[in-house]
Amino acid sequence: MYSAKVMEHFQNPRNVGEIKDADGVGEIGNAVCGDIMKLYIKVKENRILDAKFKTFGCGAAIATSSMVTELVIGKTLEEAEKISRDTVAEALDGLPPIKMHCSNLAADALHKAIEDYRSKKRIKEQK
Amino acid sequence: MKKVYLDHNATTPVHPEVLEVMLPYFKEKFGNPSSIHGFGREAKVALEEARERVASLLGASSNEIFFTCGGTESDNLAVKGTAYANRKKGLHIITSKIEHHAILESCKFLEKEGFVITYLPVDSLGVVDPKELGKAIREDTTLVSIMYVNNEVGSIQLIEELSKITKEKEIYFHTDAVQAMGKIPINVKKLNNIDMLSMSGHKINGPKGVGAIFIRKGVRITPWSHGGHHERSRRAGTENVPGIVGFAKALELAVRDVEDQNKHLKELTEIFYRKLTEAIPDVILNGDLNQRVFNTLNLSFKGVEGESMILSLDLKGVAVASGSACTSGTLEPSHVLSAMWIAPEIAQGAIRFSFGRDNTMEDVEYVASILPEMVSRLRSMSPLYAKEK
Ligand SMILES: Cc1ncc(COP(=O)(O)O)c(C=O)c1O
Ligand code: FES
Repeated sequence: MYSAKVMEHFQNPRNVGEIKDADGVGEIGNAVCGDIMKLYIKVKENRILDAKFKTFGCGAAIATSSMVTELVIGKTLEEAEKISRDTVAEALDGLPPIKMHCSNLAADALHKAIEDYRSKKRIKEQK
Repeated sequence: MKKVYLDHNATTPVHPEVLEVMLPYFKEKFGNPSSIHGFGREAKVALEEARERVASLLGASSNEIFFTCGGTESDNLAVKGTAYANRKKGLHIITSKIEHHAILESCKFLEKEGFVITYLPVDSLGVVDPKELGKAIREDTTLVSIMYVNNEVGSIQLIEELSKITKEKEIYFHTDAVQAMGKIPINVKKLNNIDMLSMSGHKINGPKGVGAIFIRKGVRITPWSHGGHHERSRRAGTENVPGIVGFAKALELAVRDVEDQNKHLKELTEIFYRKLTEAIPDVILNGDLNQRVFNTLNLSFKGVEGESMILSLDLKGVAVASGSACTSGTLEPSHVLSAMWIAPEIAQGAIRFSFGRDNTMEDVEYVASILPEMVSRLRSMSPLYAKEK
């Protein structure tokens, strides 16, 4: 059912874990199935230096979480923001139709983490 | 790679003895039982012998056994057939929240047709309280359909008590016994308040696409497939003779071996459960260790989602399911576990281990030996399970 790439990421997920002093955290629950993902990012000079995740979810959820961290590390925030669920799914050689919503989880968590970073930064600057 | 099949509630392999008795009916004895020539008569004899065998194994008479294409068709016929045949008497039907989709979807269809359905709740162990049935019965109730054994958690319903209540009120009682056959001795002479009972071949080491329904003499039922006068006009369509012959044989073996199998399966699953709970913290049993058919164990590993467990086990050659096979294409947590008030994130992690006659202690040891590492790997990725634990 899953592509070889999905299975490879499921078996050897990259960047599992937490970042203690993360600059942005995005936590998201999938409205469709109830699965949960938490994404941590470390940002320096507008660039994502590191990303880690924790996911409670199906095989596709774990693979897309892993893939999204690979895709964003080294990218500027603007570049990272352009990553959509389709980008993630394509990078994994596609997902079965019934599993497309799983890639929402990763994309949404990423956008939320960036948003979190930006709002924290704004607060800091106002001080 | 070692392969271990622990998904017998989804389907079972055909027993070699069953296969053997079926083969001639694909080959030289291929006749149509409705034909009057020798080929037809030969098939007819086999068909009627199978019917008599099934009837005697159940304590029924042979004109109360109707062959179908499986549990789903038997359930559809029971629910819709009695609903329509008795609709002048009333439009109310009672079932439970944990039925198989064959029942639930038939009920949904009937709701659209103007019937009224009550879905009885279950307790946290997946059992319907007969008092709830008593309260739900109305003047216009015509049918109560409660499954004998639940396919996801293996809970056994109090069929004798439930059917006694309906008898007193002159309401038909149907039970989906698909998951009970071969696990619980069933005799409709003793359980004389059961009016209809559904069976399926492929859950008892018989072939797929064949089953039967017991319909007690006198039950008013409308057929759902129209055509020739097969199955005494209850179910049109040329009979699946090899399948039916195989089904009867499978039932014979299942009934013959029920005690031995129960002993075997109880031992396997209890040791399996003990090994897992010793090696893995936070294992949750969905259902009850004693009030269940002994082949089924439904477990959640706290903080771990079900599909990722199934994939991990599959990579090691172990076949299990989350919930029922038919619902694995959907995303909602199991309706059975929800009805048992199991928290969504626990229900999402539920894994059904269903053992069968060919499983061995070696299988138990193998699966119990690979699970702890799998669970801890997935837990280390989970935001719902704290590391310090
Ligand atoms: C309780 C129950 N009822 C009905 C069915 C359907 O039986 P069949 O697959 O023969 O249509 C099943 C099997 O999935 C079942 O477990
Ligand atoms: S099913 Fe929930 S994320 Fe895939």
